Formats: sequence, structure tokens, C-alpha cells
Amino acid sequence: MFRFGYELLELANSQNKKLSEIVLEREIELTGASAEEIRERLYQSFEVMKASANEAMNKEVKSVGGLIGGDAQRVNQYSQNANSLCGSTVMLAAARALSCSEVNASMGRICAAPTAGSCGIVPATITTAAEALNADKETVIDGLLVAAGIGVIIQTNATVSGAEGGCQAECGAAAAMAAAGMVEMSGGTPEMSLEAASICLKNIMGLVCDPIAGLVEAPCAKRNASGAVNAMISTDLALAGVKSIIPFDEVVEAMYEVGKSLPFELRETALGGVAATKTGKEIMKRVFG
Amino acid sequence: MAIKQYGIFDILGPIMIGPSSSHTAGAARLGKVAKGIVGVDFDSVKFYLHGSFAKTYKGHGTDRALVAGVLGMDPGDENLRHALEMAEEKGIGIEFIEADLGSYQHPNTVKLVFETKGGREVDITGSSIGGGSIVITNIEGTDVSLTGNRPTLVVKHKKLEGIVTKVTKVLGEDDITVDIMKVERSTHRDEAVMIIEVESNIGSNVLRDISEVEGVILTRAINPL
Repeated sequence: MFRFGYELLELANSQNKKLSEIVLEREIELTGASAEEIRERLYQSFEVMKASANEAMNKEVKSVGGLIGGDAQRVNQYSQNANSLCGSTVMLAAARALSCSEVNASMGRICAAPTAGSCGIVPATITTAAEALNADKETVIDGLLVAAGIGVIIQTNATVSGAEGGCQAECGAAAAMAAAGMVEMSGGTPEMSLEAASICLKNIMGLVCDPIAGLVEAPCAKRNASGAVNAMISTDLALAGVKSIIPFDEVVEAMYEVGKSLPFELRETALGGVAATKTGKEIMKRVFG
Repeated sequence: MAIKQYGIFDILGPIMIGPSSSHTAGAARLGKVAKGIVGVDFDSVKFYLHGSFAKTYKGHGTDRALVAGVLGMDPGDENLRHALEMAEEKGIGIEFIEADLGSYQHPNTVKLVFETKGGREVDITGSSIGGGSIVITNIEGTDVSLTGNRPTLVVKHKKLEGIVTKVTKVLGEDDITVDIMKVERSTHRDEAVMIIEVESNIGSNVLRDISEVEGVILTRAINPL
């Protein structure tokens, strides 16, 4: 049983296994379920993820609060037609992340990954990576296992709650999970998975949770899009051989410390950040009267 | 206390109705677990909302989710968004009150006060601690720490000699295997609380048998969702 990243890595390296195998073995030990049951259940979760990543791609899904809706469709069309700087793969991932967030904000069905506010990043990146890499079902499940393993470590030793740790704890954790998963899907080493996760968390360290009018709509949806891109760039950096100077477990600890030191106003209370701007307050008034 | 062991479906999951795992899915679970602890029909529920729950509950659908939970819905139920209307149709009184439950409380904390059909008030406090996970922290004045992931018995009792043996004997007779058991002091000096994690779900017959043991004041069961 691993609790920290270095333990996960040691288990994989000493037994010459993939990270996904170690995470699966831990889950079997924890729950008593069989490998097949766990893998199949994970794939069922992935079906929910895929559905939410597709739902708003070709139609406008309006949020309950009315702040967002239609951006996934816009970015999807742009990714197909325009000569974007990011390229169609990255733009498609961004559109899918927006789609999940829009579905979530419409009180639609999603799979929290690790939370609902950050539910776009893992689905968008894993589906897009699967297409780009021409990955089969088993490879996708392996990617999800690694992502879940990284999430387990972050939740155990820090937090994935925006109310506790700010957006860095939600969209940061989601991106770190996704990046580590995509590294394994791409054939990278266990070390590279952890490097990618570390890079992701560092990239958004300190990011506050400041939902306008307290709604999980804005800036949440766009932070899912940027979180997906953060995950993809971190994956590629790690695969290129870039290393995080600070080890993963210390980055997680730092993220937690930063989260705890964020004032109450910047942890999902809608009292700070862009929620507390003139426009943010006006929107709050308009939504709640 | 031992570190909580999160499983992969605590992280990739729950499959839920949006928009917030801590404010919507966690709230629905809190409601449903609390309903299970109360165990009898009720006329009304008052929700005392603390911290972030108090500040943002409307925008996150926390109100609808809590009510969906006490109506017995799961966090992934597509009817969750209609919970307020459904409670009204059933004639269940619902009230939301912004409250300060204490600075030591988790920011997403709610105290639910049920008015049962028998005219009794049952209060339960719990927090939504992220990703849809919850912890029940107080049942009718007794501090506990229950995640709702394992079947658990909470037995408040007078400090009588041999009472622990009598309670576990009842469990044995009802074919319930004890996993973890601890006895804690209550706020009342002549009383104590047994927290008993067991291997299988707890039926009403078990609760009835335990409540008949001499000195038992209150028996509550939490069965995982």
C-alpha cells in the first residue's frame, strides 16, 4: 500500500511494473474486488466522462445560473475550421473540457474527477490522448488508473476541495492526475508520470477559487479548459525528459500549505478574486436578486 | 487516528448531478445518510447551513441536493434538481437557516434537525469534505466521526457493568460480525457511546434487539449508500 508518490514509484520500479498495475493491486487489496471488476467499473465511469465531454460540443447547453453555455461548441467549431496556434488536438481537448463543465453547470450528469468543479480535465485529456495515440480500451483504463492513483495521493496527503485549498486543489489535482495518466498511455516511464504531475501542480500553485456569484460556472469552465492544456503540456514536457526540480510529494505538501494559507475569501466563498469585482458583484445581484 | 484509505472511485467519482461535488453530491449524501440514521418517517427538516454552505448554497444547488438526500435520492439521480418541488408534494416541511456552528467546523457543514412523525426532534451534523466524501460529526449531541462508507452502529448507553458484553452478545445472536469497536465518554458523565463498525448492513431487528438491552439510551445505524 502506498501513501506517497515515492512509495508508488518504488513499488513499480522494484517489481518492474507499470504504475497502473500498482494502483490496481492496491484497489484489489482495499476492496476485495477482482481486477476485471475494477477495470470494467472504471470504464463505465469513462463512458459517463465521454458523454459529458461530447454533450455540449454541437449544441448550446445552458447553465442553471445562466453565466455560461455555448463555449464548447464555439471552440469545437474553431478547432475544426481555423488555423489555431495551439493546433487541433489541444483545441479539441479544451472544447471537451468546456463541454463537461457546461453539462455540470446545467445540473447534468458527470463523473467527478476528482471533483465536479474540475470534472472536465481528466475526461477531455484522456479521450483526446486516446484518439491521438490510437489507444485501445485497456490503455485508456491504465491511464485512468494512474490518474486515480495520483488523485488518491493528493487527497490523502493534501486536499482536493476548493473550499479547503482553492482551485489549485481541484483543477490542479485534476491536471496532475491527467498528466500522469497520459504519460503512461504514451509509453513514458513511472518517473515521467510523477514529473508530469509535479509540473502541473507547480504551474497553477496558488490558484484561488473565486466562483462568480458562488456558481460553479465562471471562471471554472475556462479553468477546466486551461487545466486540460496544462496537463497536455506537462505530459509532453515530461516525455521530452524535463524534470521537476522539487519532488512530487513535496510539491503536494507545498500545494496543501499554500491552500491552507489562502484567506477564506479565496476558497470557494465567492467573496474574493473575480467574484468580488464590480462586475462579479453585479452578476451576483442579478442572479440572486 | 488512522489515515483514511481512499479508493480510486473516491477520486474518479462519484457519478453525480452537477454542479459541485462538495456542495451538491456531498450534500445529497449527507442528506441520505442522515435520513438513514433517523430511520423513521418525518414531517419536516430544518437545515442549519454553516460556512461555505451558508454563503453559496443557492448557487450550488446545495438546497436541492440536501432535500434530495433526505427524500432518499442518490447524488446521481436525475430528479435531484426537482427535489424542492417533490418535498412540497409529499408535504414535508423544509427550512434553510444560515448559522454559525462553530469556528472549528469544516467550511461545508450542515446540521439537520428532523421532526419525526412521532413528534420527536432528531439532530445530526455532518460535513462535506471534498469530492463527494462526507463525515457525520455529531448525532443528537454525541460527537462521532463516521464516513458512511461502512455499516456502523452508534449506541448511547448508561455506564453499567457488563453492558458492552450484552450488546456484543446481541450482535452475535443476530449474526453481525464486529470489525472495529470503541467506547467513548459522552458529554454526560454517567453515559458513554459505543461506536461499532460491522461487516454487514444493520437491519431494524438488530436495532430493536439492542435497544432492549438494559441501560441503552439510544441506538442508531448507518448503512453505506
